[in-house]
Amino acid sequence: MLTSEYIKAVIQKNMECNFIEIKGDDGSHFEATIVSDIFEGLTKVMQHQKVYDALDGMMKQELHALSIKTYTSSQWDKSNMESN
Amino acid sequence: MSTEDKINSLIENNKIILFMKGNPKFPQCGFSSLACQILDACDANYETIDVLQDQEIREGIKIFSNWPTIPQLYINKEFIGGADIIREMYESEELKKVISGT
Repeated sequence: MLTSEYIKAVIQKNMECNFIEIKGDDGSHFEATIVSDIFEGLTKVMQHQKVYDALDGMMKQELHALSIKTYTSSQWDKSNMESN
Repeated sequence: MSTEDKINSLIENNKIILFMKGNPKFPQCGFSSLACQILDACDANYETIDVLQDQEIREGIKIFSNWPTIPQLYINKEFIGGADIIREMYESEELKKVISGT
């Protein structure tokens, strides 16, 4: 069964992440939160495309439902400050 | 007509078009359902294409947008994103602005 740990490892292998969290334990629905400096200056569409690229074809195969939230380091600091 | 031409003509002829699974009345996937609910909440006048009825469009749109999942939203010929981005833009009220510019 597909696990969040495995998805996390695949993304980390293929892309620089300052922070990554994958939630989900039913084997098919997962939620990713990813903070990376490579998102700087990119549109949301491009940021998500980077994540899909890092997943290396998994979206076409075993991974059907992955919600993605992407942040640059500065956006992440800001959103954490607001919630504190 | 090639698949790419078909998709081009769909997004050129419809200011707001959602490629989804099912239709707004009977969405066949939670993410497609969410996208419709948000567009409805924005009072958007949108067209939908049910990719489950058209295997060629279903695979073609993924290549066309370089995006592996459905739903996919186009507004004024621009690829807006999938369900997560639609939701984020709705929450930040950005989506309403884009829709009101159509």
